[in-house]
Amino acid sequence: MTENKAENAIIRMFHVHKRYGKKNALADITLDVEQNELLLVTGPSGAGKSTLLRLLYFGEALTEGQILIDGMNLSRISKNRIPLVRRQFGIIFQDYKLIPTKTVYENIALVLEVKGEKTRFIQKKVGSVLRTVGMEERINAFPPSLSGGEQQRIAVARAVVGDPKIILADEPTGSLDSESADVIMSLLKGVHDRGATVIIATHDKEIIHNTGGRVIYLKDGCLMEPPMPEPQTDKKKTITL
Amino acid sequence: MKTGLSLFFIKRAFQDMISNRFLHIVTIVTIALSILIVSAFGLFYTNINEIMMSWKKGVKIMAYLNKDVEKIQLPELKQKILSLYGVSSVLFIPKEEALEKLKQQMKRQVSLFENLKENPLPDVFEVRMIPSTQNWGKVEILAAQIELFPQVAGVEYGQRWLSRVSGIFNLFKFAGTAMCIVFFMASVFIVANTIRLLFFSRREEFEIMRLVGATDGFIKAPFYIEGMIQGAIGGLAGILILFIIYFVITSNVDPGISSGFFTMRFLPVSTSIGILCGSMFSGWLGCYLSLKQFLKY
Ligand SMILES: Nc1ncnc2c1ncn2[C@@H]1O[C@H](COP(=O)(O)OP(=O)(O)OP(=O)(O)O)[C@@H](O)[C@H]1O
Ligand SMILES: [Mg+2]
Repeated sequence: MTENKAENAIIRMFHVHKRYGKKNALADITLDVEQNELLLVTGPSGAGKSTLLRLLYFGEALTEGQILIDGMNLSRISKNRIPLVRRQFGIIFQDYKLIPTKTVYENIALVLEVKGEKTRFIQKKVGSVLRTVGMEERINAFPPSLSGGEQQRIAVARAVVGDPKIILADEPTGSLDSESADVIMSLLKGVHDRGATVIIATHDKEIIHNTGGRVIYLKDGCLMEPPMPEPQTDKKKTITL
Repeated sequence: MKTGLSLFFIKRAFQDMISNRFLHIVTIVTIALSILIVSAFGLFYTNINEIMMSWKKGVKIMAYLNKDVEKIQLPELKQKILSLYGVSSVLFIPKEEALEKLKQQMKRQVSLFENLKENPLPDVFEVRMIPSTQNWGKVEILAAQIELFPQVAGVEYGQRWLSRVSGIFNLFKFAGTAMCIVFFMASVFIVANTIRLLFFSRREEFEIMRLVGATDGFIKAPFYIEGMIQGAIGGLAGILILFIIYFVITSNVDPGISSGFFTMRFLPVSTSIGILCGSMFSGWLGCYLSLKQFLKY
């Protein structure tokens, strides 16, 4: 069973540790994520959810262990290939990370510009992704003039515009009302339906219950796989059904 | 695709420059002043050098012969002088001819010559040197060699003072080069500082760009272009200001004076282009130095 999993795994983590000084933000995480899997990472605040995602896109180097992204070993790749790793991901950051001095269009176009795409293609693509998130009218707005929910939608648009293989979403519904949260979640589910692997870090119980997919539970940097997820996933499935 | 990408970077560079115009204007003005000083030196150097060259072409050694030298000895002596290193021509000037010349030059004082019973002037060999072998040490050595011939009473190489001028000129050249280096470094420093400030003020933006997969090159390229544009504009402005100053001076100077002595020339095109390239290089180097320390993983 594990062998089957490994064949399909797009992300593999082996005994990953991340320490900040003496603090263990992540301890001995071993985890496979399959292609086109929808994975929910949950756990209390400070459990290490954001840290886990950060390690995946090489926002930081891990302290110990191995991470393979689509066969690339993050501890072994050279510096100048880090951008290539990051282009595999569409990332929705907990704090959005939109560039305040650039327009909505420029923020989203950036993802394609760094890949050297042609302007005409970029324009078409950004226009269509903005339509998907329902923000086409604010194409020339600057992020600070948008509401939290609107910024979140732009962040989603930026994450999906490059058709990445993997979406990492860190609290994508963090401070949103349930209506905006539903919009974001259905967008993410749409991307998942089109074949992307989606990893969502959240402690929103409603999302965990309504989304479906595998749930892993982190606590104090440790993966609590055996006790938590199995019964929970079952429960969720009955609820969603 | 490649050209499309570089156009994209150039566009981004110009956008950045416009949104930070104050900083860029200050930088460009500083570069322009540096280039003005450097190219003013270049202009001075070009013209002085030209004068020096024309003077040097006229270098000749006069070898005065003893009175008792027989005419038959002359061809042999001439041949001996000719065979010395660096000699291009030897001209014999008989004392009669020399006296005639002197009389012509001193027409007003003709009375002085009237009472002469005997020509007081000696015969002379006028020795000219191959231009490429001319430097002051060689002139002196050659003069000393000629003086060693027993038939030669003495030598004179008129523009002896030129050697001193030449020395001053060399000193000046040295000081000027040092000055150019200092101003080049000033340009580099000011560009480095501007880029550093700009980069620092936007580091969050660059951090985000990196997170969405931008390479360092993608982030840095516009800065290099900005640095080079700064260098180019500053360099052009500096040379243009110098040209205006030159134009005003030369058109106000009495043409009689300038044409009689020498004609002042502006910097040759090649030198101007060289200065411009140097200025752009200083922009590039400033950028390189300030970005080297950023964007390290
Ligand atoms: N750069 C850092 N330096 C030091 N400690 C850090 C750093 N980043 C995270 N930590 C610590 O690592 C632990 C895990 O943090 P992380 O942000 O991953 O938690 P989280 O599960 O995302 O929490 P939240 O639900 O509040 O977002 C926390 O205790 C945090 O204080
Ligand atoms: Mg977090």
